[in-house]
Amino acid sequence: MADDKDVLRDVWFGRIPTCFTLYQDEITEREAEPFYLLLPRMSYLTLVTDKVKKHFLKVMKAEDIEEMWFDFEGTSLKWHYPIGLLFDLHASNTALPWSITVHFKNFPKCDLLHCPSNSVIEAHFMSSIKEADALKHKSQVINDMQKKDHKQLWMGLQNDKFDQFWAMNRKLMEYPTEEGGFRYIPFRIYLTMSDRPFIQKLFRPISPDGHTHTLGDLLKEVYPVAIPNDDESKRYQVVIHGIEPLLETPLQWLSEHLSHPDNFLHISVIPAPSD
Amino acid sequence: MPVSLLWAVDVYGRVYSLSTRGQQWEQCRDAVLEFKRVTAVQQCCWGIACDHHIYLNVHSSDVPIRYQEETFENQRWNPMDNFSDRLLPSDRWQWSNITGLEHQPLDSFFLPSTNWEWEGDWYIDENFGGEPTEKEGWTYAIDFPATYTKDKKWNSCVRRRRWIRYRRYKATDNWATIPSEGRSGPLPDPFNDISCGGWEISEEPRGRLSLWAVSLQGKVWFREGIHHHSPEGDGWEEVSLPGEVVQISCGPGDLVWAVLWEGQLIVREGITRDCPRGSSWVVVDSPNPEAGAIHVAVGDNVVWAVTKDNKVWYRRGINSYNPRGSGWIGMIGEMVMINVGLNDQVWGISCEDRAVYFRQGVTSNELSGKAWKAVNVPRDGDIRSHSSASSSSLHSAGCFFSGEVRAQSVMSEDSDTKNGPQRAVLEVGACPSSPPPDPPPVDPDVPKPRIPKVTSDSFISEMLSDRKVKREGATTEASLREADAKSPPLALVLSPSLSGGPGDPQWSNVDLEETQTHLAVGPAGVRGDAADTCSLSSVATYTLCQEEPYGADEHPLWAWVSGGGCGVDCHSQLNWFNSATALSSSVQSMSLSISPAQTAAWRKQIFEQLSERSKREMDNFKHYEQAIEQSVWVKKGAMQWWRDWKPHKWVDVRFALEQFSGPEGNQDGILFLYYNFNEEKKYLHAFINEVTILVPVLNDSKHTFAVYTAERTKQRWPIRLAAATELEMHDWLALLSVSCCDSRGIQGPPSKQALWSVTCKGDVFVCEPSPSLEACPYPTPCDQMFWHQVGGHLRLVECNSLGVVWGVGYDHTVWVYTGGYGGGFLQGLASSTDNIYTQTDVKCVYIYENQRWNPVTGYTNRGLPTDRYMWSDATGLQECTKANTKPPSPHWTWVADWAIDYGISGGTDREGWQYAADFPTSYHGHKTLKDFVRRRRWARKCKLTTTGPWQEVPPIPLSDVTIIPCGAQSIVEPIPLWAISNKGDVLCRLGVTLLTPAGTSWLHVGTDQPFKSISIGGANQVWAIARDGSAFYRGSVTAQSPSGDCWYHIPSPVRQKLQQVSVGRTSVYTVDQHGNLWFRQGLTPSCPQGSSWEHISNNVRKVSVGPLDQVWIIADKVQGSHSLSCGTVCHRLGVQPMEPKGQSWDYGIGSNSSSVQSPGCVQLPLNPSSVPSA
Repeated sequence: MADDKDVLRDVWFGRIPTCFTLYQDEITEREAEPFYLLLPRMSYLTLVTDKVKKHFLKVMKAEDIEEMWFDFEGTSLKWHYPIGLLFDLHASNTALPWSITVHFKNFPKCDLLHCPSNSVIEAHFMSSIKEADALKHKSQVINDMQKKDHKQLWMGLQNDKFDQFWAMNRKLMEYPTEEGGFRYIPFRIYLTMSDRPFIQKLFRPISPDGHTHTLGDLLKEVYPVAIPNDDESKRYQVVIHGIEPLLETPLQWLSEHLSHPDNFLHISVIPAPSD
Repeated sequence: MPVSLLWAVDVYGRVYSLSTRGQQWEQCRDAVLEFKRVTAVQQCCWGIACDHHIYLNVHSSDVPIRYQEETFENQRWNPMDNFSDRLLPSDRWQWSNITGLEHQPLDSFFLPSTNWEWEGDWYIDENFGGEPTEKEGWTYAIDFPATYTKDKKWNSCVRRRRWIRYRRYKATDNWATIPSEGRSGPLPDPFNDISCGGWEISEEPRGRLSLWAVSLQGKVWFREGIHHHSPEGDGWEEVSLPGEVVQISCGPGDLVWAVLWEGQLIVREGITRDCPRGSSWVVVDSPNPEAGAIHVAVGDNVVWAVTKDNKVWYRRGINSYNPRGSGWIGMIGEMVMINVGLNDQVWGISCEDRAVYFRQGVTSNELSGKAWKAVNVPRDGDIRSHSSASSSSLHSAGCFFSGEVRAQSVMSEDSDTKNGPQRAVLEVGACPSSPPPDPPPVDPDVPKPRIPKVTSDSFISEMLSDRKVKREGATTEASLREADAKSPPLALVLSPSLSGGPGDPQWSNVDLEETQTHLAVGPAGVRGDAADTCSLSSVATYTLCQEEPYGADEHPLWAWVSGGGCGVDCHSQLNWFNSATALSSSVQSMSLSISPAQTAAWRKQIFEQLSERSKREMDNFKHYEQAIEQSVWVKKGAMQWWRDWKPHKWVDVRFALEQFSGPEGNQDGILFLYYNFNEEKKYLHAFINEVTILVPVLNDSKHTFAVYTAERTKQRWPIRLAAATELEMHDWLALLSVSCCDSRGIQGPPSKQALWSVTCKGDVFVCEPSPSLEACPYPTPCDQMFWHQVGGHLRLVECNSLGVVWGVGYDHTVWVYTGGYGGGFLQGLASSTDNIYTQTDVKCVYIYENQRWNPVTGYTNRGLPTDRYMWSDATGLQECTKANTKPPSPHWTWVADWAIDYGISGGTDREGWQYAADFPTSYHGHKTLKDFVRRRRWARKCKLTTTGPWQEVPPIPLSDVTIIPCGAQSIVEPIPLWAISNKGDVLCRLGVTLLTPAGTSWLHVGTDQPFKSISIGGANQVWAIARDGSAFYRGSVTAQSPSGDCWYHIPSPVRQKLQQVSVGRTSVYTVDQHGNLWFRQGLTPSCPQGSSWEHISNNVRKVSVGPLDQVWIIADKVQGSHSLSCGTVCHRLGVQPMEPKGQSWDYGIGSNSSSVQSPGCVQLPLNPSSVPSA
């Protein structure tokens, strides 16, 4: 039986084959070829699309270029969600490669945040980690780290260095054995058909009477609709990193192994394919 | 932590035990009697039964308690009869002890009690100081008190031989009765309380215990002569007293406290190694002047007491210099009794619900703990009802203690100290927080017969009622005082010595608060009526109403608890408090390698789905470009470096590790070390894929490690580095270790063929053997082997080629490898998630106190100017005072204070001194006229706690272990494993298979003397070395008879005492005390004992022979190009089936600077174990 460490590796090295095509209304000097790329599931769109930008700039005039943004089948893709989450949420049951449209005009200000530079992503990433640690350890671990340790986390993500990232991140995943888990599990549940961006609540890995909470317990508490009733067919898929863990999976284990680098467990609840 | 037991007695006198791993009270089935009290230590449990006799339950062990009886047969030569038993009138007896002073014929030996049995008949000892004698076992001398030789000479006029017979203690796991006999006949009155402890006072004789008992009349008795070979002891000695005692408590060390009838406490003083009974008593006042003490419990450094009002008190300021302590602190909780167990952990029985409570958070820094927590586990399944239990006891034990009323009749018949009509049951329904009302004058005519008194303490209360007449005055006085106590506010009651003392204001404030809150809650709290009785007898009494049904589902009502054998501390994971969650974890802890989490469906699902996902999303798109280009990653830091050139010193350097993807996609890296030399910037580098080993180095002030490459191994001069903090060093070591393993493609747990070794610091290393390791004629050079660390701390490690690995710690604890990897500083990615457990080790640091004699003042600490330091290490070259001596490295912490070590070789006097004519000579344990200097050794224990892929194999501590190097093809086939306990017993492990590497139990293999080294090789050849340096071969060991049949004595090489043995497929190698390596010649299947020893090499510390007869040694004094090395792993080259001795040595890792002053003292592996069978 494989080791839990392999899960971390598999999760980290998850890639989504993507085809970037330029939006049809963009003005080009000659026809833009689509651009194919393996996107890391753990990273952020704007962090890994320098090559895409460079590719399309070659066929465009400088004055036609504003901030680059992406959409998938008409849905603007939020760069501040991890790529894997975007894919699971919007495109999980579509054919591969994932077809993303690239825009350089008409930035949808109401849907997306601006991302002028990588430092914005870094700030967003670090604040997520800090929020997660506040939930897990009352911020004790992240506050004990030095500036360079924070940097190491970020650089690990930016440069896709698994060892570098996990050398530091493991400290964020520790907890006192006698408590059996984190204080609260940092999680976010995303629904495609909802106005709310996501659901986030305080939820402990262990029940007051000492039982381990599972993914099912969490959903029952937070979004019971996602749990299929006995008599009906499955209406929703609960997807993390492109897989559907069983509802009896312990939440603490999920948090330790299937969290994104920002230390949140991003859970997508999407309608089950009708077929 | 090995499994140990908490003992308790319920109010019906049934004895239960609760295992530290268990989750239910197990009734002690063979206790045919009801018990009043028990007192437990690790190896046994003493109890007082309802028949007032003392019983002893020695826990069975895989190593039996056996005692060697010996006697000598003496003969003298005369011309007529040759040697005969006709001796001269002036001679010794024909049968005598070793000195000849006592007459000891064979038939004068008797078993000490019915609890013993003979193991066999008398036989002749044919081993004479390590040399085998002639068949008859005679040793010869010129005359009787003389030196004996094994050879008969022309002038040998007398001869003698030694006869041996073993007796064995057979009554283990049984309550064996101990006769109540003092030195002069039976004791006058029965026992009432008992307390066992004192094992830390002295280790000589081994297993020594102090047993204190209190009789019904309040006398105190001390049991003499209890030790390992005499678990029952010899007899009772009365201890004089200042008053009459009701209860006594004895700690593991020299603390003994007792409670007097009047409610004061007395403390025993003068308990020493030479006088475990102590010399005098000192009185300590009760914590509460209104309510006398009724119970006391002592541990190593703590004293807890309970007063009549059931309040719990903690004694401040107890230490070995001040057994009296300095003041009382009131604690929360109301208890009827308290017991202190190992590690000063505390148990109590609550006054409210009669449940057993455990004091949480007791640590060496906070001995008073934090809170009481109820032990909430069920009793084992079929709980016999009280009546059936007692009726069965009635039959089987012929006891007359069989019912409720009987308890009283027993007393009246039994005890002549009673005056019948006065005997009555005292029950005072007093709430502890309100002063108990005066005991109603007992009218003998008012019958109270229907109140069953089934308490274990009923005897005492009855005793008290007898005394009421005597003590009437005292009682009224007490009640007056109690009345007074009503008017002042319910105050914090401190002993006079504490109140007003400026010592500890915070303490008292805290306690005041605690007490008040409790009092506020107290009366309102729900109290079981039945449990709420408290008797003026000052001792817990429990009365049951007849109507009250007591069935099996009722929660247990406890009367007594003893944790003296229960090895828990505040870090122990106990499953006693919450039955629900505990189950899964206990299952987990029992299975070694397969935990339920690993086999769970959810886990499998995730693994499957993840690999499915990779297939779906990645397999067809491998030709796509990666979004992030792989780049070089550099980690930098500041370190200190032990400079390569003279003068050697620590210099500040910048340190950097550059990691990049190698040409084949594997990780690789380069280590850079930037330094300044003559104002010029320079650097040193090492390729990660050339690093052969990274070793943490023992250093008491710096956090240092050494980096070796093949070249540096040849030079015996590694790159020595020191990090600023321990954390930083561990971060670097973990990173470098992962990096080195990555560059060599090593991942996950060590393979089954791996070579294991430990450093002299205790770190564990493995080496993945390459196929060419034993290749002929060009094997992989030793210095190119790559060793990486796994977590844990061991003194020796032993493995076979099937992946079964055992280790022994410095404290002789036995560990089995769990199949994981990592632990210690190797955390996160470098460590497996499962199969990593906490591991501890304890060792002693020794320093010497040296003194010189001068005619004026005798021995003083003023030496000659040329003398060594008055406090020094063993060599005398280093000054080592008590204050400045640190633990071996920052990982170790002191766990005890300095103590004189009497166990040093050569013997000591009563104060631990050893004498000599001058300093660097041999020392002896008694003073002679020629002695001018003396020294004594002080020892201090330190402890290391780490994690690693090791699980403890309790309970027998070992000094050596050996596993058959090859064999077992199927996973259920038993793997022969032999061991030597730390006492020298030879043991054979049963049930070791690939599935259960820890095995099941030990089989004891009898020997006539302690052994020190053992090895099993191919075809079940077992060789062993005895303490006297002689070698033994075990005959007829087969798979069917795993322990063989008898020992064959093999003479050792001339004038050499052997130290260690290792057996391969056919080769047998030994190392003697002078570091010579010997090869056994002439071994053939028909003559497995061989013919003679052949010298191979010197300066050998240890040898290990593999399953293909590969020979590995740890050698000393290996010359490198930079320095001389001690502890080098060497490989014998040229070992062939026809040439088992090989030709020459190939030197591998290991280095040690020859200078003691050197900060980087690396001594490397001690035991490279078996080698692949590739």
